This record gives sequence, C-alpha cells and structure tokens, in this order.
Amino acid sequence: MKNEWPLWEVFIRGQHGMSHRHVGSLHAPDAEMAIKNARDVYTRRNEGVSIWVVEAAHIAASSPSDKGPLYEPSNSKVYRHPTFFDIPEDVGAM
Amino acid sequence: MYAQMIKTAGTGVKSPEEMTDQERAFQARIDADEKIEPKDWMPDDYRATLIRQIGQHAHSEIVGQLPEGNWITRAPTLERKAILLAKVQDEAGHGLYLYCAAETLGISRDELTEDLLSGKMKYSSIFNYPTLNWADMGAVGWLVDGAAIMNQVPLQRTSFGPYSRAMVRICKEESFHQRQGYDIMMKMCQGTEEQKQMAQDAMNRTWFPALMMFGPSDKDSVHSTQSMAWKIKINTNDELRQKFVDQTVPQAEYLGLTIPDENVKLNKKTGHYDYSEPDWSEFFEVIKGNGPCNTERLNARNKAWDDGKWVRDGLLAHARKKAARKASAKTAAE
Repeated sequence: MKNEWPLWEVFIRGQHGMSHRHVGSLHAPDAEMAIKNARDVYTRRNEGVSIWVVEAAHIAASSPSDKGPLYEPSNSKVYRHPTFFDIPEDVGAM
Repeated sequence: MYAQMIKTAGTGVKSPEEMTDQERAFQARIDADEKIEPKDWMPDDYRATLIRQIGQHAHSEIVGQLPEGNWITRAPTLERKAILLAKVQDEAGHGLYLYCAAETLGISRDELTEDLLSGKMKYSSIFNYPTLNWADMGAVGWLVDGAAIMNQVPLQRTSFGPYSRAMVRICKEESFHQRQGYDIMMKMCQGTEEQKQMAQDAMNRTWFPALMMFGPSDKDSVHSTQSMAWKIKINTNDELRQKFVDQTVPQAEYLGLTIPDENVKLNKKTGHYDYSEPDWSEFFEVIKGNGPCNTERLNARNKAWDDGKWVRDGLLAHARKKAARKASAKTAAE
C-alpha cells in the first residue's frame, strides 16, 4: 500500500468578508491534521480567519480542451453587461 | 541559484518550422504571456526541466533550514531567537509551496524526497558551507537571501502557473529574511571592535559563495536559451550576479565593511561595479559533493526522514482505522 499522506487542497477566507480562496495544497493523513498543517503553512501572517480543506482526489475539474465549448458561448452575449444599454443622461444614475 | 545548473531537457530551441503544431501553439501561448496550467498540454522536455528546477528549488529551501537551525538555540536574545525561528519556519513553508507546485507536474512528494536523500537531486551549493558564529546569521540573511530574492523576483513571471503563484507568495515573505539579516549586521557593526570584526569575517567567508549561487556564466548556453524561451528562466546568471553586486556594494559601505575583493569598484563607463569571478573549481567541487558540509547536510536530512517514519506511519494508520470505523458504523446503521 502506498504510504504517502494524501494531498489536500487548502482554501482560506481572509478578514474582510471575502469568500474562501484557493491558496495551495499540502499532504496530511486526515482532515483534522490537514487543517492544523494549513494553519502553519498558509496563515503564518494572519492571512485568514477560516480554513477549508478538501482531499484533492475529490475535486472534479473542467478539462482545458473544453475551454472553447464551455466559455465561448458567453462571448456573443454582450447584452449581459450593463454597458450594452444606452440610457440617456437625463434619466440620472441607473 | 536556489536552482543552479539545471540541465534543460531537449536539444535546444527549435525553429517554428521544426516544431509540431502542438509545440508551436504552446510556444505562442508562452510568448503571449499566458500561464501554462498543470492539465494543459506541454512538451515533455518542459515538464522534465521544470520538475528538476522546482524540485531543486524546494530542496534548497528545506536543506537551507539547517545552517540557520544551527543557531536557534544559541541566539543572543529571546527576540533574535523568535525572529530566527520564524525565518526558518518560513523556509519550511517555502519548500512545501514548491514541492506542491512540482507535484502538479506528475511527480510524487515521496519520489522528490527520495531523490534528495539519495543525492540524485541537488540543492543550492551555498548550504554546504558552515555557519560558524552568530555573525553568519546576519551574513546569510543579508547576502544569501539577498541573492535568492534577485533570482526569485523575476521568477514570479515564470510561465508555469503553480510555480509563478508559489514565487509570488515566497517573495512576499522573503524580504523580511534579508532585512533581519541586515539588521543583525548593523547591530554588530555598531558594536564593539570585536563584534565588527566578526561581521567582517562572516562577510569574507560568505561573499564568494553568494556570488556562486547564480551559477557559472550561461550567456552562450543552448540549454539556458531554451529555458528562457520557455520563460522558466528570466535572466542570465551574469545579469543577476551583476545586479546583486550593484545592490550589495553600497549596503556594505553603509555598514563600514570591506568587500573581500580588491577588484570591486564602480566602472564609470558601464555604471556597474566590476568584480572578480569566484573560484569556479571550488563551486564544481561543492556541487560534486565535496564541499565542507555536504555529508553533514544529507545525513541530517536522512536522519530526520528515518526518525520521522513512525510518526508518518502512525498517523496514517490512525487515519485509515478511523475511516474504516466510520464506514462500518454507516453500514451498520443502514
């Protein structure tokens, strides 16, 4: 049996109401140790107030070759941006 | 530097005509400053070279803890001890960021560790020199971390996403390292004549090994040209070394220390400081394993790995048992 500790991805939420953000990964035997290790490896300078860890093997990711089919359709939908619509200045802030 | 003498895989830069369509598209992405991510297609040689480079960089951070760890229990004050401890802990963290970046390329942490412990993979030559007294903590922070920063700052723009992100984190933390070293040197240079002498002695011993960190001149090397085309190397070794000398000479003058090289002087024509080349035969001996501390460093890492085995195995066995208990409790409830 392979005796390397599994890989965990680490997500940290900073102080100012931001969402958790991926900061890196580390090896740990279980979730509890992964959080303890993440505290030491990724928050030595007060970077966060909350840690999420998830075993890397459990992450499903989109494939780079799907980049076109997945994201290109949104390119043509410019009306999804507010600047698509011209509102006369007289109407005021909107 | 922290990665020295990395042998670039392949036979040098291919012309666009020699490249396959995939290779051409890959190079175009790099030329456009796009980041390459782990799941993207990449040439095998790019992958192999990066594993060597990031791996060696990580090993340097880990082995780099040893010369300074040597002085934690003998720091002159509690504050200096706490600072040095924090710095050494940072080095461990930097090693871990880099190992994870290397692992995204398909090598395991255990393989990387085994290659360090067997001597198959190298770490920076600088850590094979001893730290003889407290002044060396100043010289190491100021000069060794200073030289490392010179190399690491441009690497924040490297083409491989995980490596680049690790470098951004490391650079943020690293300037504390250099400043704490300079702070030690200032304190000693403002102290007694004997303390100033210690600072000068530490500088005398560290100067040339620090210059060697950048590696021998590679301006004519086909390997470097390929690494630079891939943007996993940003500047030539000579460019970085010159930058380091230009930055360091005035800092030494401020301290009232003499650079142990009588050829160091400002060249009015170039605007840069002239300096003597380090003794490259010494460098190659150290790389080959014949430096003053090579054996000691590798023995220390091997001992740490062997002595830690029961902890690694015990925690893993505990985690597996806990997971199995949870699974069987779930089956029983169903």
